Amino acid sequence: MAKITFIEHNGTPHTVEIALGKTVMEAAVDNNVRGIDADCGGECACATCHVYIEPAWLAKVGLAAAGSQEASMLSFAAVTQPDSRLSCQITVTADLDGLVVRMPEGQH
Amino acid sequence: MTDASTRVVIAGAGHAGGSAAAMLRQLGFEGSIALIGDEPIPPYERPPLSKAWLKGEASAESLALRPAEFYPTQKIELRLNTSVTGIDRAAKTVSLGSGEIVPYDFLILALGARARRLPIPGIELEGVLELRTAADADRLKSALGPGKRLAVVGGGYIGLEAAASARGLGAEAIIIERESRVLARVACQQLSDFFEAYHRSQGVTIEVAAGVAALEGVDGHVTDVRLTDGRLIPCDAALIGVGAVSNEEIAREAGLTCDGGIVVDASARTNDSSIFAIGDCTKRPLPLYGRTMRLESVPNALEQAKQAAAAIYGRPPPPPEVPWFWSDQYDLRLQIAGIPFDATEIVVRGDIAAGKFALFHLAQDGLVRAVEAVNSSTEFMGGKRIIQRGKRLTADQIRDMAVTMQELAS
Repeated sequence: MAKITFIEHNGTPHTVEIALGKTVMEAAVDNNVRGIDADCGGECACATCHVYIEPAWLAKVGLAAAGSQEASMLSFAAVTQPDSRLSCQITVTADLDGLVVRMPEGQH
Repeated sequence: MTDASTRVVIAGAGHAGGSAAAMLRQLGFEGSIALIGDEPIPPYERPPLSKAWLKGEASAESLALRPAEFYPTQKIELRLNTSVTGIDRAAKTVSLGSGEIVPYDFLILALGARARRLPIPGIELEGVLELRTAADADRLKSALGPGKRLAVVGGGYIGLEAAASARGLGAEAIIIERESRVLARVACQQLSDFFEAYHRSQGVTIEVAAGVAALEGVDGHVTDVRLTDGRLIPCDAALIGVGAVSNEEIAREAGLTCDGGIVVDASARTNDSSIFAIGDCTKRPLPLYGRTMRLESVPNALEQAKQAAAAIYGRPPPPPEVPWFWSDQYDLRLQIAGIPFDATEIVVRGDIAAGKFALFHLAQDGLVRAVEAVNSSTEFMGGKRIIQRGKRLTADQIRDMAVTMQELAS
């Protein structure tokens, strides 16, 4: 298991546990964390599970690869930043135990 | 306002009902939630049933909308294997199949749709299948495999996806469509042509303009589909995919307004202010198109679940979304944004022959109404944003691949 902390746009934190091998998006959905819609169910097809990676974690998580499907989807997400990722594309590993991500104001 | 004593009953534990329960808790709703469904398993995703699930590439766990422990943790009372059979609006109660009476302050009808039955001889034969539920998908799966032959009656999305999955499992597939082309009711001619050609290239036989007269069988099991021109199409199983009808009977019996779907407003509210309806069973307004329509899609179920949860919890309604749909067949991903109401022109962006293109449907004034994208997610996402914003484009702008979708949508 790994702990992931989601910080809502209004600053409210939610720390949840998720099995290794699942995605950061599933950590939110399985624990009913508000602010991750994940409309397409994790197919990298809708950009409604958008998060910002906390600076301290950016090196470990990495950015969406240039030219990737994720980068393309992200280019249409609401209010993207250089540290934007789609949480369905981040698989939880032991390395990411303690990960902190922030959520945008909305996913639509 | 709601408080800890407020009782929400959700009739139907599919994608819409399950999502509405989750969204109420996300908002902070503290009352009781009873989620009542007639299937034996907690809410699950139906789209994979004709795709990954059918091909054996998805686990039961991955099909589930949420993990099993989600429901007790979120204090959602999940009642399976039973359904709501009647509504007493004056008493604000529903009755269950068991005879039990359950009171509500707010009722959410998430009753779904069922496969349309063909009124033809032989429809009751073994091996004549439909595809709505996980149990249906398991029956279909057991009928597929190398050397088996699947006849698909109806060339809609379910039929095409099932045919593609059947081929993936080594079975033969033949699609029988009444209209002159597949996807006749849901896609334009170019898209139909593309999908027909692609399925044929994958070894699927397609009979268009072909009526089905009867299903023939031996010892109670289907053996052939008999066409209206007398021809017999031999098969080991026949999948009937000729559309779905709204499960609106209990709503109509209770005096709720129905018109090929339970009629709701932009908050998913019916003509009874305590009763909401969401998902496939509703006829809903489409504010971006100035029309009402019944939509069968996951995004529609999610949007209306959000609307109902917000209205019950006393929050402003979420902004209207562009309707969208998707279908996976072979290595093709079709994504559709919008609905081509009032469209007068179709502009192709990309290369149809290469299997990577998008069809932009424009109204007379250049307003983009719909985008059908094949293996072109960027065009789909950009198109969705363009439709949302009511942006106008010229055919030349759309065709010019030197201009990115990001630029077109900005």
